[in-house]
Amino acid sequence: MTGLTKRSKVVSNRKMSFWEKIYLPAILNGMWITAGHLFTKKVTIRYPEVKREFSEIYRGKHVLKRDDEGRERCTACGLCAVACPAEAIIMIAAERKPGEEHLYREEKYASTYEIDMLRCIFCGLCEEACPKEAIFLTKEIVRADYKRDKFIYGKDVLVEPMDPAKRIDVSKRQTPEVLEFKKDKDQKHNVQ
Amino acid sequence: MGTLLLYKTILASAILVMSLVVAMYSTLIERKVAGFFQDRLGPNRAGPWGMFQPLADGIKLFFKEEFMPNTADKFLYILGPSLTMLIACLTSAVIPWGPDIIINGQPFSLQMADVNIGILYIFAIVSIGVYGIMIGGWASNNKYALLGAIRASSQMISYELAMSLSIIAIVMMTGSLSMRDIVEQQQGFNWNIWYQPLAFLIFLICAFAETNRSPFDLPECETELVGGYHTEYSSMKLGFYLFSEYINMFISGAVMATLFFGGYHFPFIDRLGLSPNAFAFVSFLVLFAKITFFGFIFMWVRWTLPRFRYDQLMRLGWKALIPLAILNVLITGVVILLNK
Amino acid sequence: MFSNYIFYFLSALALYSGVMMLLSKKPIHSVLYLTLTFFAIGGQYILLNAQFLAIVHIIVYAGAIMVLFLFTVMLLNLNKDDRSPKPIWVKAAAIIAGVMLGMVLIGVFRGYDLHLVQHPMESQIGLVKELGKVLYRDYMLPFEVSSILFLTAMVGAVLLGKKEQI
Repeated sequence: MTGLTKRSKVVSNRKMSFWEKIYLPAILNGMWITAGHLFTKKVTIRYPEVKREFSEIYRGKHVLKRDDEGRERCTACGLCAVACPAEAIIMIAAERKPGEEHLYREEKYASTYEIDMLRCIFCGLCEEACPKEAIFLTKEIVRADYKRDKFIYGKDVLVEPMDPAKRIDVSKRQTPEVLEFKKDKDQKHNVQ
Repeated sequence: MGTLLLYKTILASAILVMSLVVAMYSTLIERKVAGFFQDRLGPNRAGPWGMFQPLADGIKLFFKEEFMPNTADKFLYILGPSLTMLIACLTSAVIPWGPDIIINGQPFSLQMADVNIGILYIFAIVSIGVYGIMIGGWASNNKYALLGAIRASSQMISYELAMSLSIIAIVMMTGSLSMRDIVEQQQGFNWNIWYQPLAFLIFLICAFAETNRSPFDLPECETELVGGYHTEYSSMKLGFYLFSEYINMFISGAVMATLFFGGYHFPFIDRLGLSPNAFAFVSFLVLFAKITFFGFIFMWVRWTLPRFRYDQLMRLGWKALIPLAILNVLITGVVILLNK
Repeated sequence: MFSNYIFYFLSALALYSGVMMLLSKKPIHSVLYLTLTFFAIGGQYILLNAQFLAIVHIIVYAGAIMVLFLFTVMLLNLNKDDRSPKPIWVKAAAIIAGVMLGMVLIGVFRGYDLHLVQHPMESQIGLVKELGKVLYRDYMLPFEVSSILFLTAMVGAVLLGKKEQI
């Protein structure tokens, strides 16, 4: 008879032998096992000093990317909001005024873009849905806070800084399809 | 007379401080050892390797709210933990901590009181040790505390018998009730454990039960009795209960080392050619190492074995350990008679 | 002398806790006061250089018998004050018996020559070696007979404890 798992055991009401009855061998055996654990490698990580290594494609807080010239890539198409299974994304579109070309790449942009981090399940579907390579998930962790409304992240938090030195590298997250898309010389892409 | 009194006072304070400090650091070592057994690190934030953790715990306990139940018997509620602590500190008086030291050409004993009934004294202390727990548990006026107290007392009364019977074999071999005589008979490697392994096993098991340590920690088993006899206690009164457990552990380790493992004797220690005082110091360190070893065994067992059920505990005590101890006494008597 | 003060202190303690044992309302307090009396008497034994007796006294009375008393009293929950007043003849009998016992004790100690125990520290009879010699040489038979008595009592207790018919 084979059990469902390898660990299942058949119950028996067999009388214990003398050696089993005095328990001492079993106790010594158990103590031998625990003694072995004294010398195993400890699984604890001393957190603030040592940090657990994240996966290269860890899905943490979102970032709204800018392009090489520092213009926001998001065009407020709403595909990310549609793709989002948790309905965490809300955006309001606006039209680019003349003289704002250095801020927004397309004629249409998102005047507000909010992600509710309490609803977000960090699945990464928004990133997959985005046709403009505008939204990515990063290695950064969403911080804990005391109030619920602090978890609604607006553009002030999400959009990456202008300063090229502070740009967020998302090259590791770009899928082969994205890399293929990047070869298109008609579009300007981030170098990263 | 005056110098002797002064010396004894200093010695008594030193032993008291030593047992308190050892108990303090036993709590840290216990947590460290528990961590290591479970592949963790244990406390390591307060100071290097968590060295100041006991201090932090002590300060925390002192600043906790002093809570007293409305319906408690006020005087007995305070008497319980105090008595437990007092009795825990009493036993160290008859343990020989080392050979004589020499100050100004005069020998001074490292034993508080070399009474000729040292072993009986230990029995007496062990037998009244249950009062603190019983009084505290009853005075709390809480059913869990009362159940814990009743469990503690019946367990300690049951295991006292086997413990005393196991030591009788040692007394028969030595022919003396004085702790010092027993130690002096175990010169070098001539330890009692080689002659009385069964007695040692019984004594060890009973020591676990007497100190209410796992696997016999039924009086405070949290799965059934919330906190057992100290359910209603808080602040330093709780601290006393927890602390006395570690002092008891230390002292029972010392008693085991003295009775079965040659006390402060170690093979070839007298061939080192040390001056008397250095010799006394090294001997004391040897005894201390043995006690530490027993403390480690206490912790090792605690983090290995699950708790006994109450009927199993009673069956083991009355139907296994006591008959075995009587058998051991009988065999020892026969062997002594045959060797005469 | 220092030991004199200890003697007076222990005597006062023994008397006080003995009286309090009778007077306290809660049974648990009575038991604890009785235990304190035993400790005080144990201290007196030590003053008489009878260490063995003192320790055995504490082991047997304080460590075993009183713990069992405490145990029973805790389980029985005797806190409720249900002591009914005793009839007058019981009180009279108790007083007469007490007074007679007191008179006997006074009579005994009046005729006692106190000079015999002038130096208690020189007496060796309370030490374990002397007691052992006396018990196992001079009083061997009574000692063994009394142990058989204990055994009988134990067997009787076991029989009483068994519920089913034998």
